Amino acid sequence: MNIDLVIGILNIVLISTTPLVFAGIGELVTEKSGVLNLGLEGLMLVGAVTGFITLVLTGNYFYSLFFSIISGVILSGMFAFLVLNLITNQIATGLALTIFGIGLSAMLGKKFSGTPIEGLNPYYFIVISFLLVFMVSYFLSNTKSGLIVRAVGEDHNSAYALGYNVIKTRYMTIIFGGVMSSLAGFYISICYAPMWQEGMTAGRGWIALALVVFATWKPWRLLVGAYIFGGVAIMQMNLQAIGVKLPGQFFNMMPYLATIIVLVFISSNKLRLRLSAPASLNIPFEKDQ
Amino acid sequence: MIRKILTTLSFFTIIFVSALHADQKKIGFIYIGPPGDHGWTYMHDQGRIYMENALGDSISTTYIENVPENADAVRAIRKLAASGHDLIFTTSFNYMDQTLEVAKEFPDVKFEHATGFKRMDNVSTYSARFYEGRTIIGHIAGKMTKTNTIGYIVSFPIPEVIRGINAFYLAAAKVNPDVKIKIIWNYSWYDPGKEADAANTLINQGADIIVQHTDSYAPCQAAEKAGVLAFGQASNQEAFCPNAHMTSIEDIWGPYYAAKAQAVVDGTWGSEDTWQGFKDGMVEMSPYNTKLLPLDLILEAKNMETAIENGTLHSFEGPIYNQAGELVVKEGEVADDGMLAGMMFYVQGIDGEVPQ
Repeated sequence: MNIDLVIGILNIVLISTTPLVFAGIGELVTEKSGVLNLGLEGLMLVGAVTGFITLVLTGNYFYSLFFSIISGVILSGMFAFLVLNLITNQIATGLALTIFGIGLSAMLGKKFSGTPIEGLNPYYFIVISFLLVFMVSYFLSNTKSGLIVRAVGEDHNSAYALGYNVIKTRYMTIIFGGVMSSLAGFYISICYAPMWQEGMTAGRGWIALALVVFATWKPWRLLVGAYIFGGVAIMQMNLQAIGVKLPGQFFNMMPYLATIIVLVFISSNKLRLRLSAPASLNIPFEKDQ
Repeated sequence: MIRKILTTLSFFTIIFVSALHADQKKIGFIYIGPPGDHGWTYMHDQGRIYMENALGDSISTTYIENVPENADAVRAIRKLAASGHDLIFTTSFNYMDQTLEVAKEFPDVKFEHATGFKRMDNVSTYSARFYEGRTIIGHIAGKMTKTNTIGYIVSFPIPEVIRGINAFYLAAAKVNPDVKIKIIWNYSWYDPGKEADAANTLINQGADIIVQHTDSYAPCQAAEKAGVLAFGQASNQEAFCPNAHMTSIEDIWGPYYAAKAQAVVDGTWGSEDTWQGFKDGMVEMSPYNTKLLPLDLILEAKNMETAIENGTLHSFEGPIYNQAGELVVKEGEVADDGMLAGMMFYVQGIDGEVPQ
């Protein structure tokens, strides 16, 4: 096999997988603290449109990145307020956030759709995505704060009794997840496919969510899983292009199918499930319990 | 007193205005995407605006965007029909049964369904012969490719898309028998990231021209970045990829929409099937890029457009063989509309199989 071809394929895999790594690693931290945020798709879209609009208006990539991140902080802050202070249902609130994000991004971006922009080099962000996985992995297993996050996610009542601020910890992890999602959105509209069009993330938020379960809440496995998903998608394109007949629709559902298989696998072993899934995931916390 | 006068005045104004608008026809549109997609829906919306300008005050228009091709479409179409619309355009293939369902409930409302084939007394169908444009770009691609490899990104295996691939390949192979096309099926009309991945994959495999039958301009952008050539889709995409974009096949719906709206205003509307191409101006080529294409090739392309208009050139002229080597169109004949409408096979020379 031709070495240039292989390098080319790796290149495309790196570029197309990075948004999954960003959104996935953010959600992993959020879920580790016991909160399920289904709003990734909405957060990504708003991050994408905010970054795009800022770039069109200012022509400055730094401002663009900054406002994209701010959009993630605001939206995930709203989500955190609802689920932590008002104790709303996490699943319903997350879905609402996705629907809200889809609508809001479409409305904001209406005038800007179809404006040509100069894309940003994706390689910086690819490097950052690897560094982030390393940092999150180190944070969760080797730092005191990381252990607090995990303790809160495992048993929030015990963590509270030990004097840890459950609400504050979860605010932090939710906002971290929101920022990562908006960064994924920024990457999509500024680096990956430099444009803004409605709904352009095309379901990547859901794949990132599936990825966290697929990775059984382990950062390095998440990175590997993302590259398996991304790599398979690009490989099937390469095989199609050289004339191999493949069921393309099957590959579109592959990430979800693989996640279901992992779920079945970890659910069949109670100990394995207990070791990986945060025990307080999706359970509301009330101080006076 | 003043108040009373004002009330009376406004009362008369309302009567006057409603009398003025009494015979104004309401025309509705159902869109599958947002008008800002710079592709399929954008061009339908341009058609709507053209119609408004052409008919002025005798009509008013409404549209509903992002209508999914499922039971939601029935509600959207019914909403327009029930709110006094006289003519409703449903602008995607998979609104077919939903359009008929509502049309049965509202026999006095006229419906126009794009790219479909089921008609009723109050339902017309219309489509454009996009494949004529594919013949032109196939010719250009055959002459412009240096690697003899052309990358082709497609959405779903439906006759319209396969017809486009065949028309493109026949024209390309006619001027360049060594040409090969590499096809990637994305199974989505619209996913900019995936379309960019597909374009990059094809370029990586040696394609120096990118053709698309998907809705975003990501493939053209990817071509621009990689320094290869591309054709746009549905609308003129030159602004997004000025150094890659050779031309686009444009869908021009305006004159047809204006004519049908006029027929409703005049009371002459009747159910019919319309399938028009270059000749009637429903398909047009964007301005050819003079920076990229040699002048004689641009002239050839323009002559081909004229020949297709005159009927001296057809996209599917025999002899045409299928992949099994069977003669499907005899020498001296052209493929009839029935064969074109149901085309689900590749012509000889295309590698790979049509996905099922």
